[in-house]
Amino acid sequence: MNAPLPAAATRSAPDRERRQAEVVAALGRVLPAHALLWRREETVPYECDGLTAYREQPLAVALPESERQVADVLATCHRLEVPVVARGAGTGLSGGALPDPLGVTLSLAKFNRIVAIDPKARTATVQSGVRNLAISEAAAPHRLFYAPDPSSQIACTIGGNVAENSGGVHCLKYGLTLHNVLKVRGFTAAGEAVTFGGDALDSPGLDLLAAVVGSEGMLAVIFEVTVRLLPMPETARCILASFADVRHAGNAVAAIIAAGIIPAGLEMMDKRMTAAVESFVHAGYDLDAAAILLCESDGTAAAVEHESQRMADVLAACGATRIEASENEAQRLRFWSGRKNAFPASGRISPDYMCMDSTIPRKRLADMLTAIAAMETTHRLRCVNVFHAGDGNLHPLILFDANDADELHRAEAFGAEILELSVAMGGTVTGEHGVGVEKLSSMCVQFSAAERAQMEAIKRAFDPDGRLNPGKVIPTLVRCAEYGRMHVKRGLLAFPELPRF
Amino acid sequence: MDAVASIVEQVRAAHAAGEPLRIRGGGSKDFYGETPTGTLLETTALCGNADHEPTELVVTAPAGMRLVELEAQLAAHGQCLAFEPPRFGSSTTVGGMVAAGLSGPSRAAAGSVRDHVLGVSMVSGIGELLQFGGRVIKNVAGYDVSRIVVGSLGILGVIVEVSLKVMPRAEAEATARFDCKAADALAMLHAWGQRPLPLDASAWWNGNLIVRLRGSEAAIAEGAAAIGGEAVAAADASAFWQSLRDHTDPFFAAAQEAIDDHEATLWRLSLPATAPLLGLAGDELIEWHGAERWLATALPAADVRAAAATVGGHATAFRSRTKAAGAFAPLAPPLRAIHERLKRAFDPKGILNPGRLYPGL
Repeated sequence: MNAPLPAAATRSAPDRERRQAEVVAALGRVLPAHALLWRREETVPYECDGLTAYREQPLAVALPESERQVADVLATCHRLEVPVVARGAGTGLSGGALPDPLGVTLSLAKFNRIVAIDPKARTATVQSGVRNLAISEAAAPHRLFYAPDPSSQIACTIGGNVAENSGGVHCLKYGLTLHNVLKVRGFTAAGEAVTFGGDALDSPGLDLLAAVVGSEGMLAVIFEVTVRLLPMPETARCILASFADVRHAGNAVAAIIAAGIIPAGLEMMDKRMTAAVESFVHAGYDLDAAAILLCESDGTAAAVEHESQRMADVLAACGATRIEASENEAQRLRFWSGRKNAFPASGRISPDYMCMDSTIPRKRLADMLTAIAAMETTHRLRCVNVFHAGDGNLHPLILFDANDADELHRAEAFGAEILELSVAMGGTVTGEHGVGVEKLSSMCVQFSAAERAQMEAIKRAFDPDGRLNPGKVIPTLVRCAEYGRMHVKRGLLAFPELPRF
Repeated sequence: MDAVASIVEQVRAAHAAGEPLRIRGGGSKDFYGETPTGTLLETTALCGNADHEPTELVVTAPAGMRLVELEAQLAAHGQCLAFEPPRFGSSTTVGGMVAAGLSGPSRAAAGSVRDHVLGVSMVSGIGELLQFGGRVIKNVAGYDVSRIVVGSLGILGVIVEVSLKVMPRAEAEATARFDCKAADALAMLHAWGQRPLPLDASAWWNGNLIVRLRGSEAAIAEGAAAIGGEAVAAADASAFWQSLRDHTDPFFAAAQEAIDDHEATLWRLSLPATAPLLGLAGDELIEWHGAERWLATALPAADVRAAAATVGGHATAFRSRTKAAGAFAPLAPPLRAIHERLKRAFDPKGILNPGRLYPGL
């Protein structure tokens, strides 16, 4: 949404060609010919990730097939002072894997081997190119599963999940990627092998694993990941509740938490989103409701019976106009099918959509929805809303037509306004999709110059020459000055005197 | 001047003078890590009530607030810190809890301190007041600095305020006791761990395995029947888990005697839960379903560290009379290099708790 500044160092075409020839020749000495792509027609599939609005051609794409080759590619790039952009399945939504025009894209997609499943320790050790869902599939014979389940789980890789600290619909109860990863084995920018975390529950020294998870490929290259597995719940039930007013739905979310219940999933869709997904999946949603909530309970049969009854009582007390509990697994999956297909369904009702990802305190959900409705008028665009209501993570989808330059511009302004309001409400510009290039300008709003400088210093501590995924996550001072929005303090106690937005 | 501004000023002055500062909250963990040095910088003036929002599952507390007070404030709304941080006395502060990064009996099931930290305000080594993370559960804007600070023993910054994820207290719990050898205890725990049971905490010592289940009434009734054993009365169970959490139970009392009288060291071994028994001489208490093993022994440090490393873990000299062997296991060279650069990134003059985590850091 915030267009990246043009690469400052883009060289003239002949310079770039000479540089490309040099890099390709050097990589050709450490990779087999079929594992090195550099002709334009070969590199086009790598020009963007899931955020297709931004595209760049890298100098080359390296597709190593052994751990040794990964180290060699990194060492070569280090020697030639070439930026490296690591890439998994390319499903990221913030441009984190956008190529550097003078860099090498390092694809880890070929590393798709499940190294070990240890049922007694309840861990899986997998290479970074293993798909998220493949871990749970491999663990299923042991009645175990890997909990974080981003909606793209059939395609996205665990390496990408670690890079982005991915969430999903079950994080309130089961945590984010960070909470489910024990160990990451990989390489420094110079190609030196390094291990963060370990097979125990903690490691000596600083918790560098916490820094690497969610670092968007800027601190290290991930080669192998050990994740924690959980016993599969015996059963699960989903309750679908309708509300005549979004404020009632927002209050119901708070009331469930206040009742001491941590649902396995707690999702909200507004009326327009519900209509869009219903025509796509025919799940039987209530089309008259202003908002619907999906509340899931999992555990043993008796525990689910008990908890879902308590949830239903709370929802009824909060004014739910219709409550329906799944009676079997097929019905439960049907309830979820709409929510899981929110993005493709939006693609059917609009030529383009822009997906926001901010998080706000749960209690502000209704305020945010009201504000978004007002923004629809200001920006003359429609917006449909799905929320991970349980953890306050919003996914407003702003509908627009990218062929209309003015609509694109208005959509960007709309999105920026949502992000700024989220920060002012005490939230954050990104809950699970990452900053990448998309939200660079919004980082100027959320963090002060000193905080951004501290992040840059952390980057240099891991990657002294700034070689890994340069230009992502941390905006430059110049960029923030040009963006011209002030840094919004996030309402922590240290500054009670500051006016709130 | 408010307490935060005063800390900023003290750090700036120390930075200008290149004078080391020894950061201290309640002082209940002075024994932990390497020996503290430098001019005292106290955080206890950073006090006041926590900002607790029960329906957000979030609390924001000043670093100098006493942990027991924070927990009382949460308990009034039926909530808690799920990771049960140890309280080595009533003076333990919230900032100290985060800086030390120690978690209690429920850690294997409920997660660690780090898993529950959502945001920090801190003063860096050049005296900048910085805020990272926030007060929301999902947040991936920038590097996760608030979680790097957990367990950093003050070498990166002075923590002035912390936001934590809090959880509702479990609806029900049950504790059961078993007579068994350590190896059998581990085998039972690992078998239970593979089933969807509400297994929470466990402790094996001296031929006794004590297991706590936590969850909904229904899950506890089913779970207690599934694991069997001898039921422990609620009051006894509560007293036991509290004494284990705060290191006041007989194992830790005996360990302290061994330290005082026999030059022993109390080691904290953090191992893969499924690691075999190491067979080291000394008195051993096993927590976290096998992943945390306390060992009071006079064995040489090198032997204990080597045994832990062989099975993929590490050993911390938790309490001892001498720090000669180093409090924490040494770091692999690439990690040590990153540690050194990170330290300089936050504290270029090396004035914050120098040497408290590792000599030279």
